[in-house]
Amino acid sequence: MYLYKRIVQAKLYIDNHFGSEMDLDNIADEACFSKFHFIRLFKAIYDSTPHQYLTRVRIENAKKLLQEGNSINETCFMVGFESVSSFTGLFRRYVHLTPSAFQRQFMEREERIKNIPLQFIPNCFAEQKGWTQKSNFQEAV
Amino acid sequence: MITKLNHVSIFVLNQDSAYEFYVNKLGFKVHTDAPMGPGMRWLTVCPPGQPDLEITLMPIEDGMMFKDGAAKQMRELVKKGTFGFGVFECNDLNATYEELKAKGVVFKKPPTKEFYGYEALFMDDSGNWFSLGQKK
Repeated sequence: MYLYKRIVQAKLYIDNHFGSEMDLDNIADEACFSKFHFIRLFKAIYDSTPHQYLTRVRIENAKKLLQEGNSINETCFMVGFESVSSFTGLFRRYVHLTPSAFQRQFMEREERIKNIPLQFIPNCFAEQKGWTQKSNFQEAV
Repeated sequence: MITKLNHVSIFVLNQDSAYEFYVNKLGFKVHTDAPMGPGMRWLTVCPPGQPDLEITLMPIEDGMMFKDGAAKQMRELVKKGTFGFGVFECNDLNATYEELKAKGVVFKKPPTKEFYGYEALFMDDSGNWFSLGQKK
């Protein structure tokens, strides 16, 4: 179990420091593994190399930042990428949308949730909660 | 013909605290978070690998769903750990156990080899418990 703790600590370190420049060799040293051994164990547990995992964490956090309304430029640098073009390319590869298309799609959905929330709630629950009685939650015709 | 399950409800004592648990500790994604008026919120989350399964974090409140003191009874039952709402799955039980423990998740049972498989049991912030198994 101690071996797992060391790999998990390394993974949590990546989760919490993805925005900074990251030397994965250092992380392997901190976990007291050789680089080769660390990559092998990490991949066995998480099905990706530490570098692949770091990229995925950066992209997932980029999605959250875009959902919060941050610009693409700001998001790119906040999650630790050094160039907007490589960020955009990787984002598109993982999410199958450009960052701007992703942000637009999310904002449009949020607007629909705000204006016609009953479209997103099964009617049985909405009725039990009395939400179908309230005229301001009526679906737009 | 029924083709799949798309909503399931977990009864929680507090939606804000449940959000913190399911999203920030377990790593679930927010599917729909709709304010429905003062003190009311429709909140569903989904496990990262199942974006179309909405888990409704349902607050236990007096109203049409819980009448005549039923809300109070239900809250007591949830707090006591009466309900086990389901079984989650992970790729590596030991690693997931260590990570969730590091994030403050309370386990009733550590990873244990049972005759039916390798399993741990954890509780959410309200008292509901879940089995966590390793994908074969």
